[in-house]
Amino acid sequence: MNANALVTRVRGQIPLLVTSVLLVSMFTVGSAQYDGFFSGQVLLNLLIDNAFLLVVAVGMTFVVLTGGIDLSVGAVVALSTMVSAWLVERHGWPPLLVIPLVLLMGTAAGWVMGWVIHTFEIQPFIVTLAGMFLARGLCYTISIESISITDPSYTAMAQTRIPLGDLFVSPSVVIALLVVAAGFVVLHYTRLGRNVYAIGGSEHSALLMGLRVGRTRTTVYAISGFCSALGGVLLTFYMLSGYGLHAVGLELDAIAAVVIGGTLLTGGSGYLLGTVLGVLVLGLIQTVISFQGTLSSWWTRIVIGGLLFVFIVLQRLITVRRR
Amino acid sequence: MRQQPVLEVRGIRKEFPGVVALDGVDFRLFPGEVHALMGENGAGKSTLIKVLTGVYPADGGEVVLAGQRVRFAGPLQAQQAGISTVYQEVNLCPNLSVAENIFIGREPRRLGLIDWAEMRRRAAELVRTMELDIDVTAPLDNYSIAIQQLVAIVRAVDASARVLILDEPTSSLDREEVSRLFTVMRRLRDQGVAVLFVSHFLDQIYEICDRMTVLRNGRLEGEYLTSELNQVELVSRMIGAELAGLDQLAGGKRRERSAPTGDRAFLRAQGLARKGAVEPYDLAIRPGEVVGLAGLLGSGRTEAARLLFGADHKDRGTVRIDDAETDLRSPRDAIGHGIAFCSENRKTEGLVGELTVRENIVLALQAARGWARPLSRTTQDKLALRWIRALDIRPGDPEALVRNLSGGNQQKVLLARWLITDPKLLILDEPTRGIDIGAKAEIQKLVADLAEKGMAVLFISAELEEVLRLSHRVGVLRDRRMVAQLRNDDALTPERVLATIASGAEQ
Amino acid sequence: MTTASTTARAKALTRYRLFWPAVVLAVLLLANLAFTSDFFAVHIKDGHLYGSTVDILHFGAPLILVSLGMTLVIATGGIDLSVGSTVAIAGALACLHISEAADPASPGTVFGAIGIALGTAVLLGVANGVLVARLGVQPIIATLILMVAGRGVAQLITDGQIITVTSEPYKLIGGGYWLAMPFAILLSGLVALLTALLTRSTALGLLLESVGGNPVASRLVGIRAMRLVGLVYVFSALCAAVAGLMVSSNVSAADGNNAGLWIELDAILAVVIGGTSLNGGRFSIGGTVLGALIIQTLSTTVYTIGIPPETTLVFKAFVVITVCLIQSPNFRAEVARRGAGRRSVDRPRPATTTNREVGA
Repeated sequence: MNANALVTRVRGQIPLLVTSVLLVSMFTVGSAQYDGFFSGQVLLNLLIDNAFLLVVAVGMTFVVLTGGIDLSVGAVVALSTMVSAWLVERHGWPPLLVIPLVLLMGTAAGWVMGWVIHTFEIQPFIVTLAGMFLARGLCYTISIESISITDPSYTAMAQTRIPLGDLFVSPSVVIALLVVAAGFVVLHYTRLGRNVYAIGGSEHSALLMGLRVGRTRTTVYAISGFCSALGGVLLTFYMLSGYGLHAVGLELDAIAAVVIGGTLLTGGSGYLLGTVLGVLVLGLIQTVISFQGTLSSWWTRIVIGGLLFVFIVLQRLITVRRR
Repeated sequence: MRQQPVLEVRGIRKEFPGVVALDGVDFRLFPGEVHALMGENGAGKSTLIKVLTGVYPADGGEVVLAGQRVRFAGPLQAQQAGISTVYQEVNLCPNLSVAENIFIGREPRRLGLIDWAEMRRRAAELVRTMELDIDVTAPLDNYSIAIQQLVAIVRAVDASARVLILDEPTSSLDREEVSRLFTVMRRLRDQGVAVLFVSHFLDQIYEICDRMTVLRNGRLEGEYLTSELNQVELVSRMIGAELAGLDQLAGGKRRERSAPTGDRAFLRAQGLARKGAVEPYDLAIRPGEVVGLAGLLGSGRTEAARLLFGADHKDRGTVRIDDAETDLRSPRDAIGHGIAFCSENRKTEGLVGELTVRENIVLALQAARGWARPLSRTTQDKLALRWIRALDIRPGDPEALVRNLSGGNQQKVLLARWLITDPKLLILDEPTRGIDIGAKAEIQKLVADLAEKGMAVLFISAELEEVLRLSHRVGVLRDRRMVAQLRNDDALTPERVLATIASGAEQ
Repeated sequence: MTTASTTARAKALTRYRLFWPAVVLAVLLLANLAFTSDFFAVHIKDGHLYGSTVDILHFGAPLILVSLGMTLVIATGGIDLSVGSTVAIAGALACLHISEAADPASPGTVFGAIGIALGTAVLLGVANGVLVARLGVQPIIATLILMVAGRGVAQLITDGQIITVTSEPYKLIGGGYWLAMPFAILLSGLVALLTALLTRSTALGLLLESVGGNPVASRLVGIRAMRLVGLVYVFSALCAAVAGLMVSSNVSAADGNNAGLWIELDAILAVVIGGTSLNGGRFSIGGTVLGALIIQTLSTTVYTIGIPPETTLVFKAFVVITVCLIQSPNFRAEVARRGAGRRSVDRPRPATTTNREVGA
């Protein structure tokens, strides 16, 4: 490999490097600044509090890698919490039946959106926008109010702590990490995953190389739908309720996590590991702000917006340089 | 006959609405040969390739691959049957590694998962057999277009290609890269692969090809051994006009025209160049003068003109307008200096399809005035109607959407757009391509009249007869170089222009 | 012959750009009559106009404003997701200024507040414009930044509280009456009229449509696309800011969290319903106004029928998807292919009819 190639390759990793440095320095500064910040549990709490976001962001990574976008994720999460709470509480269905059903519903919703996007060549953002309206609206047709969940298996999931030495995580964290692992294997070791990257790199080329572009795209939105539904299930474990106003703006957090994690919004380049880092950065911002005490919660949004700005401009400069 | 052709096309016919793109074309490709497909714009080259690769279904005739009639439903089937294509724009994914680009869609797998180690090993092996020294794990866009093309060929050949179609692979390569590509092509030929090669560079054709098929206007002009057809004969067969009868075809004697006198050039370009587009050239155009640019497709005619309009940025050289050095950084600058440019791509670079004829006609003038100084609706209507009448644009409705007009009428709308800006220099890139005879004659007459009134015109056309009829001087381009500028006097014959194109030196 | 010309005329009417949006609006309004018999009744009380139709116009005024800006952005082939945040920021800044002023009711204070809000909007618009036109970031992504951060900024301005103001002149913008009409209606009508004038009696409209319709050709005719596109984002932000003033004035309070929430989506919807394609090019100010009114009427209808207002979203979802499908060439081709067999009987030569119409 010549020096030039090395430079090019490193340049592609710049956003990921920046994110890692950001994460480490935020944690270091936090530890130096606040008592009780430097602890393993603070780190694990990041995962516990953001397990559902992590799962949703995994699905979003798939979509963004193809060069698409999915605005429906937050609404599908909310609908999943709502349907779960409604079926379990109002109709007494067993959770073991409800959860698979909810997952199937989310997957199907994603599949349909992917199919419409591909078949009729309508921009992803407008199709998933319609999906978002529909899912949120359906929440309210079930109930305007929040439905709290008292089912013992849900409360058990909410309260179980899986010990890790002196520390602990929740079952949701384990599930989320499994999803990340599965996502990683699919993206890097299956033809589906490689097709995702190929479509993001050049859809036209992918078609001419004989790859199944339509099927891949539909599958990707189905995966995002599945992840949103699973995120919704994890959120019911966390909130113990179903509500149409759950996860408002989650799509923005998920997109922010993906972008901060170094995935190009134009598709074709990025890693799931980056998305995990992105989610941790978002979580850490919240943690720092809550430790600070004097800073109000809206600073989270401002900081996320600022980070988005930096990363998007960075991406733009990198891709322009490459041409 | 040495052996059976691996690919044979008999009496193929393909029609598009209003055009017969291929009219009973025969074509043979033998294993172990490099075969050139030659022809100018509209000859049917790309249509033939698209029929061969299953992009278009043929309307008639048959395609026989290795003795069997075939009918492909799409590029994928053609590939599976052994016909692979490498295009000018490399159709690979720049973000993936070299190894992946070779194997994607057919990656080696173990237990259902991609076996990366095996894939890398095999890719490295394949790349070595092509004598390429590259890292197969690096992303493709680390490498030059030339290497990317070779990778595309590796992919095509490894997918067991019997027929390899190379569609203008050399357009953006430098000399060294071309010779590298040729080495690979020769090796494949020696292995028995049939290579179909399309290029606009005559030297390359004569260097690498064994035989060639020439198409013209959708018909087969002939199949020749490269060694038996010299360049002049080839060019005249491609351009097609019976040399002796050129003037008759043009509808009478070439107009007697006195070249404008005086040395004052409106525009003078010196050493103007852009890498990969056109090599340094000098050109001066006087008011009232029509300068023609002749040359084959891809010879750099359009590229040279785009530099004069600021549509592309020059790498070097200077432009002087009215004797003042001028930096044309954008079309807007050029328009400000009284230059107008009618692109050959009417649909993509010229008209705004969903706007009306009137709106398209006033667009350039309005853009020059800025949004705050609108042309009144009355003025717009008057202008539109005047030019619709003057150029006989049909339908004569200024409110018709421009995308619904025929090619000739669209061209006239484009002309009208620039004529109302009253330019000092009008650059016309293939203004008569794809339009009917009547409209063609009208446009030619218009150009002559405009020049007589003092407008400088740069007239680009693939049709020699047209260029010779209209121009005072003819710039000849070949392989991206301006090889000669010929005064269009009685001594200038079409044969001389052809010979200049073919030989690359003033004859 | 008479029948032929009548059908031809009917065809011409349905081809008229505003025909379908107008029909939808009319149907929606008439549907209300079934539930509220005095739906169209307008009466005057205390010198003010009251009635359901007046309410629709009044409540729809901010949406109309935001949609006007969005129309021009979409015409250039872009999109502006940040308008909701801009609505919140503008309202917050204005209310903060008024609440901190010594005399909240003085015209000077109110004009100061308006000036601050509009000035900030210009800055926000320039930020979007630079990202899109100068740096070449995709519009949806570029404006996403401000969409995310802007909410936070609005809450920062209001300090997370709801700032309430008591200022008669400020109240006029969104909640007051002038010449018996709610001032908001007059204001949004005025802006719509100005936008129409600005685009149609200058060359702005033509140039924008050219940039959105064919960016390459536009460069080659010498249109300064970068400047135009930047300008359009500034205009969009300004419209959103006026809407923000209106919203906060109507309730005499600024709510950084909820003001203008999701209004960007409604605005996009209004524009699309109004017949402007998301791919850019031709736009219609009248269509957008109709589109915004359709959305507002839909909300009102759902409310009067007694369905929970939140479920309006479901209807919107269907409207979005229907409109997008109708605009999708692939979908039309599919429908045409499926319907070809059946339709060949009752519609023998549609092309001829069209030609005759053009020739006439």
